[in-house]
Amino acid sequence: MSEHIVKSFGEELEQLSADIARMGGQAESMVADSVQSVIRRDPELAREIIARDQRVDDAQADLERKVIRLFALRQPMASDLRATFAALKISADLERIGDLAKNIAKRSRVLSEAEALPVARGVDQMGRAVSQQLKNVLDAYAHSHVDKAVDVWTSDEEIDEHYNSLFRELLTYMMEDPRMISGATHLLFIAKNLERIGDHATNIAEVIYFVVTGENLAKDRPKTNTVEAGPEPEED
Amino acid sequence: MTDTPTPAEGIQPPKGLRAAMEENPTHGVQPKRDMKVRARDVSVFYGGKQALFDVAVDIPDRTVTALIGPSGCGKSTFLRTINRMNDTIDTARTTGVIEIDGQNIYEKDVDPVPLRARVGMVFQKPNPFPKSIFDNVAYGAKIHGIAANRDQLEEIVENSLRRAGLWEEVKDRLDQPGTGLSGGQQQRLVIARAIAVSPEVILMDEPCSALDPIATARIEELIDELRENYCIIIVTHSMAQAARVSQQTAFFHLGKLVESGATEEMFTKPRDERTQDYITGRYG
Repeated sequence: MSEHIVKSFGEELEQLSADIARMGGQAESMVADSVQSVIRRDPELAREIIARDQRVDDAQADLERKVIRLFALRQPMASDLRATFAALKISADLERIGDLAKNIAKRSRVLSEAEALPVARGVDQMGRAVSQQLKNVLDAYAHSHVDKAVDVWTSDEEIDEHYNSLFRELLTYMMEDPRMISGATHLLFIAKNLERIGDHATNIAEVIYFVVTGENLAKDRPKTNTVEAGPEPEED
Repeated sequence: MTDTPTPAEGIQPPKGLRAAMEENPTHGVQPKRDMKVRARDVSVFYGGKQALFDVAVDIPDRTVTALIGPSGCGKSTFLRTINRMNDTIDTARTTGVIEIDGQNIYEKDVDPVPLRARVGMVFQKPNPFPKSIFDNVAYGAKIHGIAANRDQLEEIVENSLRRAGLWEEVKDRLDQPGTGLSGGQQQRLVIARAIAVSPEVILMDEPCSALDPIATARIEELIDELRENYCIIIVTHSMAQAARVSQQTAFFHLGKLVESGATEEMFTKPRDERTQDYITGRYG
């Protein structure tokens, strides 16, 4: 695309993308590390992740200020309007992802003091899948790749499958041994948080699709069927 | 194409005008049509230089259509073809077809004088006549023989000034010169003058470029009100104004119509890269 006649306007838009990329990197590492803190039962790492959340929150507040200023002073149109709006939306998703990772870290501190449950592999797999989704969607944003964004959007189904299978597994442990209930409940919330992070990644994919094409992705994403006798993954 | 609600009735002229209009069918109330102005293969030459290339566009009734584009892109030239204002330039030659309600205004037997009553025009700088406020508005109605007597004329003047949102400000000084009004008031006076001859189409060539933001806002509000009764076509250099006042937008570049469509679409997702570059302020 050609350059803006007013250079500082172009620079401000580039700054928004750079801010999102940096926030994305922070959120991505928080998610990966929070899963590691669960698997390695590492309260020190968990404490550190909890502290890092503030940086993502600050970055979002800073980006919101920049977006409001840009709307007021530049009145962006067409692709610039879509890009500015997207930065605002994506930063909100990333901020929520940071919160969810922080919540996982908090639960991992509790879990590290309780008896270990043999579900590390399932949590690890789900964590990897979610991290990969997040990485892919941030790459798609950085390079305006619609196809890659659509891939993320469609493969959220796999995350839901991971969640359903962990749900079943944890339910089994709880039924076998009521002493497991406390730890398993924390793990259930951790799985739920990861599933939510996946949903935020698909939200971001939808925004990228809108930025590039000006169109909305179809509303109905394919969903896996529900867990028997359990709650459905919520729409987000 | 048009998303404006369609009033059940046709254009309602000032009451005093109706009798005159029944005798004079060129001022007649036209049946509602979706497309008021239809241009096909319209080219304009100034001497040997071609300024407009094969423009084809449909302009809906009771809608504000904005013509945008960089200086020299042909948008004002195109606007002026719609009431044959280019005829007044000796070297100008227009080819192609422009239909208003299905009638080609470039047919040999079309008289441009009554045509310009049907298709009024408002210019960049307000151009009141050096006459009283009353006479400024009454002028066209007198020339075109629309009013039968003084009472009718007064009714037309009051009605037109009311519609232009100027009546309350000038009703006590109708005998004073129109040139004594402020810039924004003068522009509304000129709009009242255009309305007084009961036009169907109103052309506006950068009507706010000489006005301050408050006067501009009043004109924009007026344009929005007038849209209920008229087909309005406005040339503007202000992207924000085009976005605010129009429902349809057409983008011109180097004498060609590049893209036209719903204003909302044009300003959120234009199809053509040249449109995109222009409205986002990039090098084209």
